[in-house]
This record gives sequence, C-alpha cells and structure tokens, in this order.
Amino acid sequence: MHSTNYHAATTAAEAASLLSSAEDGALLAGGQTLLPTMKARLAAPSDLIDISRAEELRGISVTDGTAIIGAMTTHAEVAGHAELRSAFPALCDLAGRIGDPAVRHRGTIGGSLANNDPAACYPAAVLGTGATISTNKRDIAADDYFEGMFATALDAGEVITSITFPIPDAANYQKFAQPASRFALVGVFVAKSADRVRVAVTGASEEGVFRWTNAETSLSSDFTADAIGGLSVSSQGMISDLHGDGSYRANLVQVLTARAVAAAS
Amino acid sequence: MSQGIGAAVKRKEDKRFTTGKGKYTDDIRMENQAYAAFVRSPHAHARVNSIDTSAAEAMDGVIAILNGAELTGDGIGNIICGWAITSKDGSPMNMGAWSALATEKTRYVGDAVAIVIAETNAQARAAAEAVDIDYEELPVAASLAAALSDGAPQIHENAPGNIVYDWEIGENEATEAALAGAAHITKMDITNNRLSPNPMEPRSAVAIYDDAEDHYTLYTTSQNPHVARLVLSAFYNVAPEHKLRVIAPDVGGGFGSKIYIYPEEIACLWASMKTNRSVKWTSDRTEAFLTDAHGRDHVTKARMGFDQDGRIVGFKVSTKANFGAYMSLFSSAVPTYLYATLLSGTYNIPNIYCEVLGVYTNTVPVDAYRGAGRPEASYLVERMIETAAREMGKDPADLRNINFIREFPHQTPVIMNYDSGDFEGNMRQAMVAADWAGFGARKAESAMRGKLRGIGMSCYIEACGIAPSAAVGSLGAGVGLWESAEVRMNPVGTIEVLTGSHSHGQGHETTFAQVVADRFGVPIDTVQIVHGDTDKVQFGMGTYGSRSGPVGMSAIVKALDKLEVKIRKLAAHLLEASEADIVIEDGQVKVDGTNKVLAWHEVGLAAYTGHNLPEGMEPGLKEGAFYDPLNFTFPMGCFICEVEVDPQTGKTEILKFVASDDFGTIINPMIVDGQVHGGIAQGVGQAMLEEVRYSEDGQQLSASYMDYAMPRADDLPDFDVLHHSTPCTTNPLGMKGCGEAGAIGTPPAVINAITDAIGNNDLSMPATPAKVWAALNSATIAAE
Ligand SMILES: Cc1cc2nc3c(=O)[nH]c(=O)nc-3n(C[C@H](O)[C@H](O)[C@H](O)COP(=O)(O)OP(=O)(O)OC[C@H]3O[C@@H](n4cnc5c(N)ncnc54)[C@H](O)[C@@H]3O)c2cc1C
Repeated sequence: MHSTNYHAATTAAEAASLLSSAEDGALLAGGQTLLPTMKARLAAPSDLIDISRAEELRGISVTDGTAIIGAMTTHAEVAGHAELRSAFPALCDLAGRIGDPAVRHRGTIGGSLANNDPAACYPAAVLGTGATISTNKRDIAADDYFEGMFATALDAGEVITSITFPIPDAANYQKFAQPASRFALVGVFVAKSADRVRVAVTGASEEGVFRWTNAETSLSSDFTADAIGGLSVSSQGMISDLHGDGSYRANLVQVLTARAVAAAS
Repeated sequence: MSQGIGAAVKRKEDKRFTTGKGKYTDDIRMENQAYAAFVRSPHAHARVNSIDTSAAEAMDGVIAILNGAELTGDGIGNIICGWAITSKDGSPMNMGAWSALATEKTRYVGDAVAIVIAETNAQARAAAEAVDIDYEELPVAASLAAALSDGAPQIHENAPGNIVYDWEIGENEATEAALAGAAHITKMDITNNRLSPNPMEPRSAVAIYDDAEDHYTLYTTSQNPHVARLVLSAFYNVAPEHKLRVIAPDVGGGFGSKIYIYPEEIACLWASMKTNRSVKWTSDRTEAFLTDAHGRDHVTKARMGFDQDGRIVGFKVSTKANFGAYMSLFSSAVPTYLYATLLSGTYNIPNIYCEVLGVYTNTVPVDAYRGAGRPEASYLVERMIETAAREMGKDPADLRNINFIREFPHQTPVIMNYDSGDFEGNMRQAMVAADWAGFGARKAESAMRGKLRGIGMSCYIEACGIAPSAAVGSLGAGVGLWESAEVRMNPVGTIEVLTGSHSHGQGHETTFAQVVADRFGVPIDTVQIVHGDTDKVQFGMGTYGSRSGPVGMSAIVKALDKLEVKIRKLAAHLLEASEADIVIEDGQVKVDGTNKVLAWHEVGLAAYTGHNLPEGMEPGLKEGAFYDPLNFTFPMGCFICEVEVDPQTGKTEILKFVASDDFGTIINPMIVDGQVHGGIAQGVGQAMLEEVRYSEDGQQLSASYMDYAMPRADDLPDFDVLHHSTPCTTNPLGMKGCGEAGAIGTPPAVINAITDAIGNNDLSMPATPAKVWAALNSATIAAE
C-alpha cells in the first residue's frame, strides 16, 4: 500500500469539507472495496476520510411504506434488522448474501452504491424498487443514479447520506453467484407494488445494472413466472468473461427473473 | 489407550497451529533485516534493452538494486531441471537457460528482472515500481497451440520449435496392431486443465549472510530443505554445503509448489552477501499466482481398443505437455515417468504406447502439483473406460471388472510392477456405500423436480513412495530417492527422531511418533520429531509424492530396528538374562516369564552413564538409517460421485461422494481421512472450479481469487471415506501412502457423473455452470 493521510469525520458535512481540502481524497466506509484496491497498489488516494464514526450516517428506520437506511449501515445490520425483515424481507435476504460474514460486518450500503460494481447486489434492489439516494447536496432518483460500470451521478466530493426505499408489496432477489468471487454472475431483483412491477438486473450487462422493461410490461398484467416464459433478452451487450459468455448471462436473466417472480413475497 | 499404529490420536502440532503460535518463515525477524522486492516483467516475451535504476536508487530507504548481469557475473548458476529425459531419437532434452534474474529476455509475465533491497517492505516495493526498464516486446506463444503453430516465436534458442523433448514409452507397432484387430475403439481428445497450487502460506525467504564466517543461512518455505541446499550449492554456486544452512520451519502447505528452488531464494541469498544485510522476501497472493509453479496442462489424443468381450487390447496415447517458460526442478519427469507409467490404470492392458511432446510457452513454469502426472493419467484412463462402456452399451462397473488386474505382482507394459491390491473389492465396497443399485429411482425422483441426476465412478491407481534410487537413476533422475532417519534416545528415556521428511500439514509430528510408540509402548508425548533444518538432520530427500509414509517412516523403522537391538543387548546384560527373553512393551523392558524389569528411563540412564555396559558396547543410544525403497507403492481405490444438474442454469451439486481406498497399513485413520478429504476437495476444484487462464498475449486472466475459484466447504458434500486395505509387500510397515489419492481419483469420478447427468460426453474441466449449460444446449448453439 502507498502511504496515505488518515482523517476521521463525525458528520457528513465534515467529511465533505475534509474531502474538498484533500489533494486526491477518498471516503473510507467499510473499506471492503477500497482497502484491497489500495493494497494491490491499484489506488493511491492522498487522504482517506473515514466516515465509520459518523453516527448520523448509520441506522434503519421503517415508516409508512418506506425504509430509510443510512449510508454507513453495514450489510449485516440490514440483514439482521427485525422490523425491516418483516416489512421488506427481500432486501434483508439480499444483504445477508453479500460476501462473507467479515465483509457483511464491515461493508456498507453507501460504499456499495458509490462503487457501483457491475456485479454488486444493492444496485439491483435500488433500481428494482425505484429508491432514492440522498447525498449531502440533493436527492437522486435510482433511474438517474446508475451511469454504467463503476459510474454514478455522484459529483466529486459528494457524500451519500441515506437511501430511501419504497417498500414493495412483494419482492425477491435471485442471485446466481460467480464461482470465484461469489459476486452476482447475474442477479435479478423483482418488486411488485400496487401500480407497477420493476425488474432490475445486475451482473449481466456491460452497461451495469439495468431495468428489463419487457419483463416489467408482461409482469404488470400477469405477475407469474409463466409471463416470463416467452421472453428473452438479447446477448448483445452482455458481459462475456471467464465465468460465462453473453448468451449464458442472457439465459440467466430470463431464468432468474422467472424464479424471482415465483418466489416474490 | 494405544497411541501406536492404527490409533486415531489427535495431532500434536495442532495446538501451536490453531492458537497462532506456529513459526513460519515470515515470522523470522533479524536485527539487520532488509526487505526485497522484485521488478517483474509485465510482458510475456520481451527483450530487455536497458534497466535504468537512477530514480529508484534515489528513493528513501533503498540499499541496493541488483540485476541479472551482476548475478551471472558473480558466478551464480542457472536454475536446472534435475531429471534428464531422452527423446525418441536419442537426443537429450532441450533445457533453456534460466537465470534467477533475467538477463537478455523475459519469457513470462512475472519473470524477475531485478531485485530491490530496501529498509522496509513498502520502500522496496515503491522503488521496484520506479525501476525503468526498456522492453522490446516480442511475439508471444501463451498456449500449446500457439507454441506449436507454424512461425511460432522461438522462446529458447536451443529448443527449436519450442520442443523440450519428444519422448515415448511402450511398443508402438504392437499397440497399433492390437488396435487394428479391436472390435471396438474409443477415441477421445482430453484436456487436463492448468491449475495454480495456492498453499495457504505464500512462499517466503529470509537470507542471512554472516561475513565473519562467510556462511549463509536460508529460512525458506521448502518441502525439502536438503535438496534446496544441494542445488543451491552444487548448481547455483551460492555457497558450498558446509557454508549453507537451510531451515524450513513451519510451512503452511505446499502441494508440490514448495519442492522447487525458485529465483527469489537464490537472489535473496546472493543479495544478502552483496549488501551484508539479512534479506527478507514474502510473496503476496498476486506474486504467488504469477510465479509459483503451476500444475497439469496437458492436451491428449487417445485410442483404447476392446475385443468382443470388452477386454482392453491396446491403448495408444499422444500427449502434449505445457512446460511454461522454463524447466522447473522436476518438470521433465511429471508428464513422462510420473504419468505414462500409470496408463495401465487398474486394468490388464497388454499393449500400451504413449508419446509425449514437452513444449515451452510464455507462461509460468509447470511442475509437480498434488498428484503430479498421476491425476492426468487417471483422468485419461477413467474417462476412456467410462466412455467406452457408454459407447458399447455396457455397465461401467462390469466393464471395469472384467479388465481388473487380479494377480500380483503384476508387470504392466509401462515399467510399473504392482505389488498388491483388491480392485474389485474396493469397487464393490464403494458401490454398496453409494447405493449404486438404487440410482435409477433417485434419478427418476430428480427428474420429477426438473433436475438431471448422474452417477460416475473412477477406479484409480497411482504410484507413491518415489522411489528406488538405482531405478530412477537409470531413468534419468539426478538424485537418489531414499530417505534418512536418526533415532536418539536420551538419558531420561525420551526419544528424538530426526527425519529427512518435511511436514507442512501432513501431521508427521504425530504419525512418526506413533511408529515409535508402537514399537516401544512409550507415550507419543515423549517422542519429538525433528525435521526441516540441514544443521540438525544429516540429509533427506524431503516430502512429495506421498513418500513420507512409505519411504520416510521406513527409514525410521530401520533406525528403530538398530536401536532395539542395542536396547535388548544392554537390557539382557543388566537383567542377567538372554537377549531372546527380553520383551519391550508398555515402555518397559522385561525378562519374559519373570518379574525382572527395567523402567524405560533406566535403560537410557544405563546407556549414558556407561557404568555397566556389555563388553565392547559404546555408551549412548543413537542409531541412524538410510532406507532406499524396493519399489514404488500403489495406492488405489474406487470413488463414486453422484450429482444433480439444474438444466436451466447448468449448476451442478454434488449430492454424494464415496471414496473407498487401499492405502495399505494406516498409521492414524483420522489424519488419513483428513488427507483424503483435502485431496477430494482439490479434485473437485480441478473438476468443477479451478483453471489458470491466459490471454493470447500471455497475461494471466485468473490471477486473483476474484477469478480463480478455489473449492469452498459449501461446494462440497459430506464425504463417505472407507478403506479396504491390502498391505504393501515391499516396505516394512506395509504402507502405500495417502496424500494425493483424493486429488488423483476425484476428477474423473466427477466428470463421469456430470456427463452421465447431461447426456453429453463432450465436457472439459472445469465443468463450470456456464460450460455445463453450454454442453446441454450445444445443439441449439450450433444451430444459431
Ligand atoms: C470478499 C468480498 C466479497 C464481496 N461480495 C459481494 C457480493 O456478493 N455482492 C456485493 O454487492 N458486494 C460484494 N462485495 C463488496 C462489498 O459489498 C463492499 O462492502 C462494497 O462494495 C463497498 O462497501 P464499503 O463500505 O466496504 O466501501 P469502501 O470500500 O469503504 O468504499 C468503496 C468506494 O465508495 C466510496 N464511498 C464509500 N462510502 C461513501 C459514501 N457514503 N458516499 C460516497 N462515496 C462513498 C469510497 O470512497 C470508495 O470509493 C464483496 C467484497 C469482498 C471483499
């Protein structure tokens, strides 16, 4: 690891100001992505601004059909939150299957969304429910937030503070694990609310997480696995790598969507 | 409770391992310690035009930056392969020069070009990044096909066409004639996937030069410290043997990858002398992927012929073996004498011919990895016979059974002479445990759930306990493959066993002590196993090829024999009895049929005080022995794997795995079962998960755990591990060895099961979900 200057921020505002005064600063949340990258000497921020002590960025509140989760909330906290589980079990299940226990006890929802790994799980839930990402500056709708692999609408120096999920009537996340990393080779999040169905796919596309709108249309009139039977996604633009080519991923999108619909609760 | 042979006693060494108190090479800290980092080639094949170290040398903490020209200038010799193989035409193998630091050319990504010594690890790494090398990129051959294509780049000048050797074994004409008369011929193209060894502890070295004594000490992660010292002295000219001490302290796994002497240890020793500092280097995981010797990587065409009744009449095999960029220490033997000699499998095959083309590529050197040649052979033989059964519409167990060897000793057409075994007995035991007969009902039940169930077996055999020195010498080995032991009984009756075997996970500190406990009835806690230090143990050939049991323990038995003779003589004298009446049991020495007895420590004390010894007896109790094996040993067994495939995703789940093995005598069943579990896990890894992949330009695409899939507990079922033993007839304890069997027998069982499930035999390892799905859908894909 290259040497770096460490700072601890106790509020989002303090983090933003430390970030703006650093030469090439980076927020440090759970460190589960950033620290391995630094150890591999692939990233060398001049300053690390640790937000793990910013209490205002932590916590889960469930009210009136929405769940608000602080950016610094760990995957384990989301997975283990009783009230959230009874209102929105699909989100808890998703969080409970990210990485391993060590990753889940350090890694955070804010870090995952800021990083926007094309194979990460949370982006599927955020896009699949149409959640809102709040920062120290503004609120960003999920549909405007994800801009491709590792790219987001966040400006330099912007700090995610919380995520607001509309709680769907029924939802499910199906993750097919990449055999080595156990990230999503393909992951599909399906959410049904009174007025709409949304289907978000992670792991599959070279453009990052995306909505499968054909499936959404079919499912809006017929929310059954059979409604997916006749659909397929094109393998064009699907990721092809050591673990599966585009046609395999396209197949998984279809299979997992049908399974998510069947399992949605 | 007995602690002797056959007792499942807990491992003595586990307290320190499980409480974090093991002492590994990286735990060694010297007062004047500096750190090494290597400047490595980012190109798979490149000419090194110039090395500019000026910026790096000016950086904080940098002590020295040394290169290949200086290394060779100081007389450090090239790295060698220690087994000379002769080609068909009688010519010697083409060994290309391998300097610890590349001089003119780099030949794989990771090839070391310079070594940086600095005060801290971070400083050394930062300076290594700042060394500016002008490379001229050359065309790359990163695969067997590329290296053998017309106009392929020439990797070593003295290896035209990138050929290391073109070797053969067996009778070509007779085999062709037998195949010509066969009623059925099974033909297959089989690839054995390339693997990275991944021991938990990465390689590490601490090199300590003492200028006052002109003496070197090397702490290193080695499976065979004496062999390391031998080649470092005799070939690499680091220092003569009496001026070089090699210590391999606790070592966290090797799987073969820590047999070899790598560039880093040589460079650290030399740099320690150049800088007069102790030099430490510890590989990180990326460096391990880039530089630890890989395993397997064969491409084979084979034909197996059968008569009307299904008896094998001939087997012809043509294999291309990828050597990587350089010939590592044992590399030449792996695809020849450790592979082709096992092509008879457990079957009576009258005619066998095998030719092997060794090929250089711009990849990491390839050498022995858990199983070394035998997994490649067993995969080939067991895939062939299974496929033949399917093609001929025969039951795979019946086809195996009519071809099993039943009389011993059995001379195969490919050198090996099997001493013992009950092949059908093992197969039947495994079939009963796997409920082979009930498979049809289970398959139907899976089908009702939309799943595809399959079952597959493998009846592997392998060769361990390498090996009779004269025999391997006649086949080209540069060393003898005996083992040494020394047994010292102290005045208080405790016993030290010094052994040339090295323990890096195998549990020798327990099992070797059990052999002593078995002999004298003393508790294993009073027996200390000393290994891994060339200053303590006189010599040894080390641990690999499951040889520590059959060869290493046999040497201990020989030394114990000599010690027992002396103890009996001494006791007879002290107890005024005849030697014939002396009985040693429960840690006491008694006169049979009397109440005359010596406590164990009284024997030790008498020997060391020397006050009352028989006429002519020397004081003390210390005996040594060298044991040279009479033959290889032949562990064998039957593995049965049952899987269920999800046809929509191609995901395979192993539902049941039965292993029935013949390891001969078992010293500690708990440790043996652990070895089998680990071996099966590695075998499942090869079959379903692991593969080193290169891009065409020689970049390793799978060089981290994000892309290289290691088997995890939830990839594996509970294993049903059974034994059906026939003692080995050629060593004193009747042991055959168990360290590699799991990795050898598992891949064919798994692939036979998956191909059975999906009804498509065209499936290569690793059978990932994507590949299984593609095999299921190959018809549709072809139509697209
Ligand atoms: C072994 C392993 C397995 C994993 N498996 C999975 C998996 O299956 N599925 C999955 O989805 N993920 C997986 N992950 C990733 C894991 O979820 C990480 O926790 C996550 O990607 C990053 O979160 P973090 O809190 O650790 O962020 P950090 O590593 O601390 O930061 C990541 C990036 O986000 C920025 N950042 C952090 N917080 C904020 C914020 N509040 N506002 C703006 N920017 C911010 C940082 O500056 C940095 O650039 C895995 C990770 C590991 C190590």
